[in-house]
Amino acid sequence: MSAVFQVQNLKKSFGGLAVTQDVSISMAPGDRVALIGSNGAGKTTFVNLVTGHLQPDSGKVTLGGGDVTSLGPTKRVQQGLVRSFQVTRLFADMTPQEHVALAVLQRTGRARRILGNFHAMPDVMAEVGELLHTLGIDHIATRKVSEIAYGQQRLLEIALALALKPKVLLLDEPAAGVPQSDTPRIEAALAGLPADLAVLMIEHDMDLVFRFAKRVVVLAAGAIIFDGSPQDVTKDARVREAYLGNYANDRSAA
Amino acid sequence: MAALETTSPTAKATSSPNRLLRDLAGLAVILIVAAIGFLLFPNNLALLTRITAIALLVLSLDLVTGYCGIATLGHAALFGAGAYAAGIAAAHFDINDPIAMVAIGALGGAVAGLVSGAVILRGHGLAQLVLSIAVVHLFHEIANKASEWTGGSDGLSGISPDPVFGVFEFDLWGHTAYGFGIALLVIVFMLLRILVRSPFGMLCRGIKEDPIRVSAMGASVQGTLLRMYVISGAVAGIGGALNAISTQVVGLDSLSFTTSAESLVMLVLGGTGSLFGALIGTVSFMVFKDFVSAVNPFHWLTIVGALLIAVVLFAPKGLYGTAAQLLNRSRRQ
Repeated sequence: MSAVFQVQNLKKSFGGLAVTQDVSISMAPGDRVALIGSNGAGKTTFVNLVTGHLQPDSGKVTLGGGDVTSLGPTKRVQQGLVRSFQVTRLFADMTPQEHVALAVLQRTGRARRILGNFHAMPDVMAEVGELLHTLGIDHIATRKVSEIAYGQQRLLEIALALALKPKVLLLDEPAAGVPQSDTPRIEAALAGLPADLAVLMIEHDMDLVFRFAKRVVVLAAGAIIFDGSPQDVTKDARVREAYLGNYANDRSAA
Repeated sequence: MAALETTSPTAKATSSPNRLLRDLAGLAVILIVAAIGFLLFPNNLALLTRITAIALLVLSLDLVTGYCGIATLGHAALFGAGAYAAGIAAAHFDINDPIAMVAIGALGGAVAGLVSGAVILRGHGLAQLVLSIAVVHLFHEIANKASEWTGGSDGLSGISPDPVFGVFEFDLWGHTAYGFGIALLVIVFMLLRILVRSPFGMLCRGIKEDPIRVSAMGASVQGTLLRMYVISGAVAGIGGALNAISTQVVGLDSLSFTTSAESLVMLVLGGTGSLFGALIGTVSFMVFKDFVSAVNPFHWLTIVGALLIAVVLFAPKGLYGTAAQLLNRSRRQ
């Protein structure tokens, strides 16, 4: 299948330090890719290069066939590259319903309207209701975000991303900080993501990576040292050495 | 799972009839307070009209500070721009129709909003505050230097507005000016109620809480804020025009740092982020100031300061915010 998202020979240095060295990744619609790497491997820089918060020294980012390398973060979102945050970034004083409505209004070009109210827009209300229902947070739709549980806030982050109907979704540790008891809900939400959506997940929790990803990319010292199936990643000697360490040993022992 | 199952009886979204009812109730309260003011202080309508004009300034400040989270100590620049625009139109161009003067004031305020917004929005936090102070001083100095147009430190005089709709003459007792002011306030207030609930209003509230999240939704943060600054400028400009029409002079104090700072104090006193808070803050501050300065002309500022400290310490959400919170709490129990 043709690539919906491509990173080609991306390079970025800070001072003399090369933090991203010639990174290339290609993703097709429906891909489920996990990006892993130890602290300092260059994951954050890579994410910032992809979202447009940083400009690469060289290389190219394409989205749906178009070159977006020179576009800023907001324009990239408008073109369908949406991200979630490692620590939830929500509006404490607003309700989940308002959050998702705002995202839908933004996507449909109505967020700048100074008249009217989303409550009176049946299509927006229907879409908001459906999304919140899919993620199982419709019962708290009109509570303030500051009053809902962290796990629910995580689900709302996903709802917000989906409301923007992305082509490519970048999930930055979607289960970080969620109590163990709530992770099944998050995983269920991840499993229910639209089938044609390309998802790139940055994750530390290897159990989650193995359950979710069909493909794993390993970053070490700013370069890709592995790009392949989850089955093979634990067998790869370089990956073991650079990153997985004990986890891979435990897994092969078991 | 316990954490996720904290279901409450699903609160029904405030339906539009309910909201309309609340709007009408709010409108009624404004009109009743205005009528009470008229009956209690028939000889002091000039003060009441001044309060109305300042209320428009504080509402305008609430739009950028309360709804967007922009810190500014220079908002009188927009109010003064509106006052001078309306005043100059009348004094130099013979445009004396009060409604046309208000429109020109709104336009002048909007342009000033665009200019000062473009400057202020380049900074964040403390830098933003300093830029806003610089802007109001700059406006003040321009008005001072361009004395051929503005009358400089003597003030701009020669403003004599025509009767409203050609019928209601601006009388010596200030009846017409007061009625005109209240009408303007009510119209602006209702329009702002619509604005703050619109998608655009929601976007602004989002920016106040987390601009990074808003840009991650694909919305332009700077563009939205600048737009709100222009709208806010128009509202402040209407207040300035009202002041020019009712007092028939425009002084440099309408563009001053003091007026800017006082309007921020009024907003904090009433409660930021709610239109009622802005109104209540203005009325309480102005009435209190008038009362205390009459009782004790030497120490009134001390007393106003003490009041403000008390409010900030014991009612950090302002008079309206705290009252609304208490009301909500008692309703839940």
